Amino acid sequence: MTQSEINAARQFIDAIPHSRRLGMKVEQLGEGRAIISMPYDTLLIGDPVTKVIHGGAVSALMDTAGGAAVVAHPLAGLGTATLDLRIDYMRPATPGQTITATAECYHVTRTVAFVRATACDADTDRPVATATGAFTVAKGRA
Amino acid sequence: MKRPEPVIQVKRRRDLALSVIVNQVPYIEFLGVSFDRHGDQLTATMAFHDDLIGNPALPALHGGATAAFLEVTAIIGLAWTSLWGEIEGESLDIEAVQTGVLALPKTIDFTVDYLRPGLPRDAYARARVNRSGRRYASVHVEAWQDNRDRLFAEASGHFLMPQRDG
Repeated sequence: MTQSEINAARQFIDAIPHSRRLGMKVEQLGEGRAIISMPYDTLLIGDPVTKVIHGGAVSALMDTAGGAAVVAHPLAGLGTATLDLRIDYMRPATPGQTITATAECYHVTRTVAFVRATACDADTDRPVATATGAFTVAKGRA
Repeated sequence: MKRPEPVIQVKRRRDLALSVIVNQVPYIEFLGVSFDRHGDQLTATMAFHDDLIGNPALPALHGGATAAFLEVTAIIGLAWTSLWGEIEGESLDIEAVQTGVLALPKTIDFTVDYLRPGLPRDAYARARVNRSGRRYASVHVEAWQDNRDRLFAEASGHFLMPQRDG
């Protein structure tokens, strides 16, 4: 992928309204890989007792990172939609800490892109959640 | 024979319990999700707003917003179902619940199938608890927009039930 293609993909992801609303930021992008962060916000609390962020917000982060990894893949076009996404929650994210998702698009066919992703808070040795998903492939660049 | 409880009192008790469960979660308000109750059946609505968009070109709902909506519906549906007996038996201590001691089920895993693009309008969802044990529960959720028979997403998940004393 050329730098201008990566820049186009980054602009595409930065313009997603729901991701912006959740404060997501593209940290790294390129060659079927995306790293996206989401800062802690009390508006996103899912458990009022522990102040832990709702799993739904983590799902949105995983979905955004997965889609970003697809549009950053050299064989996929700009634009994708989620076909399915499975998320496993390993542990509650620590309240107050930014959650960062790393997604990898590890296989692309003419029609489907396969993705796996991991989300961590400040303790990067113990993932908060992992995800696997399938995404649609827009008409290839080639 | 015991006189039946007046309907107004029944509804007030059920609606109060539901609002206590729902209102304690900031993220539900953030997403713009509300719940309608008919007897013990809940229907969740995610009111459309521009911040839910994932693809501005189509436009279509963000897959993450859809996933979150389904997960919220599953958790509240499961909490509601598991508390129903106490709500009806009037043994649920609403005041204690309001002060923040009501623990919600925790998601173990959640799988979403996207059947068609989410349109830029209100979405609805209902959860069905397929299995609810002392520790684990399995829940299925269906979401639709204009037409109940044309689902735009569905999901299944496993949840860890809160351990409560007594």
